[in-house]
Amino acid sequence: MELTTLLFYLFALVTVSAATKMVLSKNIVHSAFALMFTLIGIAALYVLLYADFLAATQLLVYVGGILILILFGVMLTSQGHSFSSTTVTVNFVPAMVLSVTVAAILIYAFAATEWTLTEPVERTDTVYDLGMLLMGNYILPFIVVGILLLVAIIGAILMSTRMAAVTGKSSNSLR
Amino acid sequence: METTLQWLASPGLPHFLIISAMLFGLGLMAVLSKRNVVMVLMGVELILNSANINFIAFSRFTDFSLNGQMIGLFVIIIAAAEAAVALAIILNIYNRFKTINLDEVNLLKG
Repeated sequence: MELTTLLFYLFALVTVSAATKMVLSKNIVHSAFALMFTLIGIAALYVLLYADFLAATQLLVYVGGILILILFGVMLTSQGHSFSSTTVTVNFVPAMVLSVTVAAILIYAFAATEWTLTEPVERTDTVYDLGMLLMGNYILPFIVVGILLLVAIIGAILMSTRMAAVTGKSSNSLR
Repeated sequence: METTLQWLASPGLPHFLIISAMLFGLGLMAVLSKRNVVMVLMGVELILNSANINFIAFSRFTDFSLNGQMIGLFVIIIAAAEAAVALAIILNIYNRFKTINLDEVNLLKG
């Protein structure tokens, strides 16, 4: 058995079991940490798919950015003085049935389809080609995404700071 | 039996697609069954990641080539913007309702 095969199954196991732990855990902080292991496993799967730049981006943006944002969200919305971090789970059985059905149908479709495969290109690095594409064919989406990020950041800052100003003046009149 | 073992021993396109299908199912489960807004957000992130694995697997094994990785890059950027705005909305909801349970945020109910 080759090393890549072994690594693939190892990281697939880490990813899927951490995601399962994330869904089933009652404690939301535990869920966030399980999500971290899931995202790291996905980054390792990207490396196995010869997408080194995307793996680095995944680590930086997801593990370093979005996960920290989520943890801040958990901390800022913890209720009262006692830090209760449990999550309510409702409709467990219907949700389980639906998601298992969807996953089974998807797995069947993926495994049964005859994909038209091409011989994989052995790349050494993808950064140069990605940069050429980004400044060539993808220049318009690149600019649009830049504007989207700017608008999202301004919107997020406006929403959070205006909320603080409103609650500072009249914290009891809202409710 | 022999072909199954051979199929398992060489990870190709279907293997990665199956991993992504499992992650999609788990993310759907988190979105449907959790009532904490932050948990729902985490489920959405998991679903976005599972779609991203598909794009990058196709970029390696079909003649989609690097276009798949470009789309994956844009998905990651848009997910970051979405997470920032979603967190701001969650903070607003918490400040207004003093709860982040989705079932108690029912002001729009007729």
